[in-house]
Amino acid sequence: MAKKINTNSESYLKMYSQMVKIRSFEDQANQLYLDAKMPGLTHMYSGEEAVAVGICEALTVKDKITSTHRGHGHCVAKGAGLKQMFCELLGKEEGYCRGKGGSMHIADQSNGNLGANAIVGGSMGIATGSALRAKLNGDEDVTVCFFGDGATAQGILYEVMNMAALWSLPVIYACENNGYSEYTATDEIAAGDILDRARAFGIEAHKVDGQDVLAVNKLATDLVARARKGEGPFFIELITYRYHGHHVGDINRTYYRSKEEEENWKKNKDPIKILGDWLVSEKISSEEELQTMRDDIAAEANDAVQYALKANYPNPNEVDMHVYLETS
Amino acid sequence: MRSITLSQAVNEAIAEEMRRDSSVFLIGEDVAEAGTPFKITSGLVEEFGTQRVIDTPISEPGFMGLAVGAAITGSRPIVDIMFGDFLFLIMDQLCNQAAKAHYMSGGKLNVPLVVRTNLGATRRSAAQHSQSLHALVSHIPGLKVAMPSSAYEAKGLLKTAIRDDNPVVIFEDKLMYQDKADVPEDEYLIPFGEAAVLQEGNQVTLIGTSSMRQVCEDAALILEDEEISVEIIDPRTLVPLDEKTILNSAKKTGRVVVVDEGHQNFGVTAEIASRISEKAFYYLDAPVIRMGAMDVPVPFSPVLEDLTVPTAEKVASNARKIIAGELLHEL
Repeated sequence: MAKKINTNSESYLKMYSQMVKIRSFEDQANQLYLDAKMPGLTHMYSGEEAVAVGICEALTVKDKITSTHRGHGHCVAKGAGLKQMFCELLGKEEGYCRGKGGSMHIADQSNGNLGANAIVGGSMGIATGSALRAKLNGDEDVTVCFFGDGATAQGILYEVMNMAALWSLPVIYACENNGYSEYTATDEIAAGDILDRARAFGIEAHKVDGQDVLAVNKLATDLVARARKGEGPFFIELITYRYHGHHVGDINRTYYRSKEEEENWKKNKDPIKILGDWLVSEKISSEEELQTMRDDIAAEANDAVQYALKANYPNPNEVDMHVYLETS
Repeated sequence: MRSITLSQAVNEAIAEEMRRDSSVFLIGEDVAEAGTPFKITSGLVEEFGTQRVIDTPISEPGFMGLAVGAAITGSRPIVDIMFGDFLFLIMDQLCNQAAKAHYMSGGKLNVPLVVRTNLGATRRSAAQHSQSLHALVSHIPGLKVAMPSSAYEAKGLLKTAIRDDNPVVIFEDKLMYQDKADVPEDEYLIPFGEAAVLQEGNQVTLIGTSSMRQVCEDAALILEDEEISVEIIDPRTLVPLDEKTILNSAKKTGRVVVVDEGHQNFGVTAEIASRISEKAFYYLDAPVIRMGAMDVPVPFSPVLEDLTVPTAEKVASNARKIIAGELLHEL
């Protein structure tokens, strides 16, 4: 565990509760799929919570993020409400996108979430463009671009990192390396060291244990402050693991990874357990208090699901609404 | 009234809008000191500086992506895509990201950006620098598509595009950059979705987009020598399309030739012709004729290339045939 950093008990507990919120959200989303109550598929963030929470807790509401197809964690971590998220997953009118985006396209601009993206690597330009806007306008916000190890194989990453480095843009590229590019081990698709790719552009690059939320948060806090001062861009590789398959329907996956490997991560490297144990050992909280927190959050997630299940679908007349913004 | 080139008209439109709105910036390859290979943006960097006239690496998908992100967060970028053919390089950012963000977010995100690019063959540039790809983007809901046919339209449509809150792709004919037209000194805008009736007539309607407007006007001169009365329409924007003006003309003349420089198969001419056939069929005296570019990659050799685009003579010939009641195609 990282040493105590310049924050307080309240922020450690906030990180704990945010990680639990993501896990509870995903448990409910998975169950909605298994019960055939959710249209389509979704991609679980469970196991990777320390990445989104450690980074987003280093950001202000004005800072921006771009997210991915595995985006529920980023969305919750940046401040989204569970009811509106579940409504979106179920295609209901109270969803963040009025049911038009679904799991892979939740955007929550009020909290600085510029949107999840169903094209792998699709938001790298958007994040870098947001940083370009900040620089041109003299705005103080920083943009974090979340993407997975699989997306490092997309060419646009290298185009935008080149421009971000040339123009010193306030953007942080956060590579969530969960070891798998869909159904293929990352070792089979990535040549060399991923950090070297950023360093080739002169971008300062760091590797961090993505299961240790305090280590992630400490690094992110430092880099965000420096990016705000014009020292960006930065690149972080966060070593993490996804507990589920590529998506909720990817259940029989022993052909690409073993059950023993999955069990080892869940048992020994679970980000919620790691932080919980530390909170207890540091006497910041007790196991009973943490259990109460987990129960309360699970109940909140359950309430949100029940609300979303009963919520209205969009009116059919909305189908051709929002194709264009007409202002006159 | 003064007369300026299409290139000058585009330059004026960008400069005026950049003066008017500090959130507008220009981004692309060689747009600053070089002023683009066609020298369209010369002088802008001197007035607005390198912060707002931004030279990029040769990375079309990358800087198109930057423009989408800047637009979503409050800027109004103008993206310079040096040749229309390079649209294929930015398809994900334009069609999956820019075109869909407003809809997919339930109206929360807006993407006010302009992609300025060009079209047009017969510049002896072969198949990767000569395509007219406007039909491709017209197919994607969420994008608007403008097709200026002279310096006057180029300025008025581009200013409207920059003020539009949606992604707009505007195609200039690269062979027309030095062509002059009357352009008012006073500010004006040309609204989207309003076709221009350039000439009224009652025997045949010629619909010509962009570069093909001039071809239609030349064809009309030939036909008028034969005392044939010709109506000419320039749609000016494909999305939105001024269907009403087109249908009214078709109902009046009963005969229509649609001329466009994109490939004929599955193209703009097919779309316009089918709308006329669906909605004005009982007014027609002849089949609606499509005339697009030949369905071959644009060849280099001038002898071959000139065969691929509609000419005034061919347009006049087809108009003459449908007026005479002849079939253009064997049954």
